Amino acid sequence: MANIDVESEVQGNVWKVEVAVGDQVAQGDVLMILESMKMEIPVEAPAAGRILELRVKPEDSVAEDEVLAVIET
Amino acid sequence: MPGPFRKLLVANRGAIARRVIRACDKLGIRSVAVYSEADAGAPYLAEASETLALSGSTAGETYLNIPALVDCVKRSGADAVHPGYGFLSESAAFAVAIEDAGAVFVGPSPRFLEMMGDKINARALMTELGLPVFAGSGAVADLDAALQAAERIGYPIMLKPAGGGGGIGMRALRDADELSRTFSQARKLVTAAFDDDTLFLEACIASPRHVEIQVLGDGKGGAMHLYERDCSLQRRHQKVIEEAPAPGISRQELDLLATKAAAVAGAMNYDSAGTVEMLRDADGKFGFLEMNTRIQVEHGVTEAVTGIDLVATQIELAAGGRLPEQPPLDGFAMEARVYSEDPRTGLPSTGLLSHLRVPDMFGVRIDTGYAQGQAVTPFYDPLLAKVIGWGTTREQAVGRLLVALKGLEIRGVQTNIPLLEVVLQDDEFLAADLDTGFLDRRRWLPFK
Repeated sequence: MANIDVESEVQGNVWKVEVAVGDQVAQGDVLMILESMKMEIPVEAPAAGRILELRVKPEDSVAEDEVLAVIET
Repeated sequence: MPGPFRKLLVANRGAIARRVIRACDKLGIRSVAVYSEADAGAPYLAEASETLALSGSTAGETYLNIPALVDCVKRSGADAVHPGYGFLSESAAFAVAIEDAGAVFVGPSPRFLEMMGDKINARALMTELGLPVFAGSGAVADLDAALQAAERIGYPIMLKPAGGGGGIGMRALRDADELSRTFSQARKLVTAAFDDDTLFLEACIASPRHVEIQVLGDGKGGAMHLYERDCSLQRRHQKVIEEAPAPGISRQELDLLATKAAAVAGAMNYDSAGTVEMLRDADGKFGFLEMNTRIQVEHGVTEAVTGIDLVATQIELAAGGRLPEQPPLDGFAMEARVYSEDPRTGLPSTGLLSHLRVPDMFGVRIDTGYAQGQAVTPFYDPLLAKVIGWGTTREQAVGRLLVALKGLEIRGVQTNIPLLEVVLQDDEFLAADLDTGFLDRRRWLPFK
């Protein structure tokens, strides 16, 4: 068991959050979609596990490398 | 006749805002620049006669905010508004709001914005006026209607939003299975993105060339063309490299197409600058794609090979002016769009432009709305600069473009310049073996 931080690769906004705390996700599942420079950027689960924390909600602005969610594997 | 303008408000940002301000200077018109909080440091603000701040930074709060922009028009006393490209440039509601505020919208009359904004209408009108159109459907209300229409047209097929643009909500589908699985999802996406959720189908052309005709109309049936631009090099339906003339297609064939496009603009009494976008299939057959009722990002390519100042002409036509004389085609021009993005992943790159050096070279034009020390933010599109090389041969245009790209120094954000340099030295590219799948086929390019 380990906790994995899911970080944003870009500066932008949260457009949609596709999961809730407690959800089981597989590696590669889309957790949320960010928007930056008129582009949609899906954020995928780096590993399978359970969503322990969601640190952002739709319309939040996010910085590069900001932690968006924490997955418990 | 509205007569010559005294003061023009630029309802846009970046390179096109700067370009419109320059056209105003040339025509002796005072310019008003508006700017969002994120654009407060933009270099063209010092070049405008007046500036007005918009509150907020998102596009919705600022350059898409009709009441806020109308308020700026009234406060500044501007008698004309140039919408640039993107944002509200093709919004009939904005054009009407500007007219209601007592100013002239520098673009076609609202009815043309409406007519061409609905892609199904546009297809029907162009068919009627004699432009070639590939097989397609009217509005498909549900999956059953879509499946029936697709059967008639044949797979693969494109599913498109009637009110769309920029490739949003567009899908290429291989067969009935894929159409069935995708239809409701596509509808949801389109409903979220556009006011109009109508979908239609169009034949999917394998490996097409994108060739577009620049037209001008005076609103009294007078119309002309300014030749074509080839914009086949695209990624994610966004143009990356554009050139004129279109290489590898006979002048006779291109002139025939351009003449037809001008005739269509004349037949509908079109009253501004516009672009008739066509696809050309592998057999050399052209079909209408859409008509853009605004100045294009790549207008500088046409300016380079015709000597016509398209933005000034657009402003003069809006003031009731006459069409220019038909210019000859002079040389070859090629534009590369420099995007702020990670060249390996294609992801947006934001940050402070710690260094920006724009070279001044013979046969080269560089349009940018940025200056050193300014931030590139996530709020707007990633276009940093447009670099155009001109030459008496295509090879010379490519060569000058390459040298200019090497001389364009940008630090603080990542750019696609390394990719552009590879493409400009690619054998197939140099042999003009182009189609819209060109960039996607190259494994070293992002977003495979």
